[in-house]
Amino acid sequence: MMCLAVPGEVLDIDGSIAMVDMAGVKRRVCIDLLAEVHPGDYVLVHVGFALQIIDEQEAQETLKLLRACFQEDLHAAVGSQQEGD
Amino acid sequence: MKLVDEYRDPAVARYLLEQIRELCDGPLNIMEICGGHTHSIVRSGMEQVLPPTIKFVHGPGCPVCVTPTAKIDQAIALARRPRTIIATYGDMMRVPGSSSSLLQEKAKGAHVKIVYSSLDAVRLAVENPDSEVVFFAVGFETTIPANGLSVIRAKQLGLTNYSMLSNHVLVPPVIRAVLDDPAVRIDAFLGPGHVSTIVGSQDYEFIPAEYHRPVVISGFEPNDILESLFMILKQRREGRCEVEVQYSRAVTKYGNPRALDVVKDVFSPVEQEWRGIGAIAESGLSLREELRAFDAYHKFHDWMPLQRPEEPSECVCGEITRGVKEPRDCASFGTGCTPERPLGACMVSTEGTCAAYYRYQLVTVQTGGVRD
Repeated sequence: MMCLAVPGEVLDIDGSIAMVDMAGVKRRVCIDLLAEVHPGDYVLVHVGFALQIIDEQEAQETLKLLRACFQEDLHAAVGSQQEGD
Repeated sequence: MKLVDEYRDPAVARYLLEQIRELCDGPLNIMEICGGHTHSIVRSGMEQVLPPTIKFVHGPGCPVCVTPTAKIDQAIALARRPRTIIATYGDMMRVPGSSSSLLQEKAKGAHVKIVYSSLDAVRLAVENPDSEVVFFAVGFETTIPANGLSVIRAKQLGLTNYSMLSNHVLVPPVIRAVLDDPAVRIDAFLGPGHVSTIVGSQDYEFIPAEYHRPVVISGFEPNDILESLFMILKQRREGRCEVEVQYSRAVTKYGNPRALDVVKDVFSPVEQEWRGIGAIAESGLSLREELRAFDAYHKFHDWMPLQRPEEPSECVCGEITRGVKEPRDCASFGTGCTPERPLGACMVSTEGTCAAYYRYQLVTVQTGGVRD
């Protein structure tokens, strides 16, 4: 539990406190450790504090890259099988 | 759940495993520093499908597990003080001191409260002006800024009944200690993901520079860890040795500057005792001198136990924390030591190595493992 941080979406902000939706559970989270945060941002929540904004674009790009490699290999494997047939 | 499920896709996991098998060309001991990674590795059972030459060495990254018995005894001594409320994170309740635990003290009538956040502890101090509230705060770099902010908040509120008994520990000095220990054999590191959101990837550059071991900072889902393994193997294959970030959605080079400012404003480095490892210079943080009014150790110095307790001899938690032994090497594992009645801290915290093995791989451990 101690170093666990869970991603959640910022719903709204009131001063130092943001309401964050973490997989359907809404929690009040202190955002004083972040310079700037907006509703719609995904943040990593740890012991009631938002530690970092998750770079969604970075996340999607990494996933896309991984999936692209995976698909390429899959096609290569299926392709060579067909050739073998 | 968004940004979680994407990293659990079994098809991608199979693909990554194939890539890992292809690149793996000899024994590789990887230390995962963080207890969160240990938990994820053991829970997913990935060791059973990885090449048998890849071995995870579980590291010292569980803050509860490295808290020395003496510190628990101090918290217990304060719990016995009249009109005193101890606030702490849930994991600390069952950790055995030399003769009791906070949970046992609570059962006997002490005011011990579990808090989710350090600010809840400050609120307790506001709501109980006639009591002293002591926040028993433990943590690595991930948790230290949050704990530190509570002192800033208490000071702003002018509270005189709030103080902190802290056991704050830092990753880089303990990694040095582990690497300097000839009993430990490590070829590469899985870097701690959430610690790094705060300190940034630059905090580990000394590992490749001075110790010539690669580091990949990893996320916590199974595919994050597999991808990080792949990246470590790729570094080895290509003859590189550097710090890379797999967890790039949350980790930058310089971390979270605002959180680091809080740490700097509130704490200063001190020598720190690590359970099972011993004292390491500048490996801990305690409150700065000008904030001593909030330091429970100084504020209640007369209540602190004088005797230094001995660690239980039948427990090998120390060696497990250093990565020298595994739970199966401990005669008490699963019999004399269980999460309900823990002998050592590794069995208490959900991030502890023994707790992870007990929960997910009890049968594997007791029958000697599927790989042996």
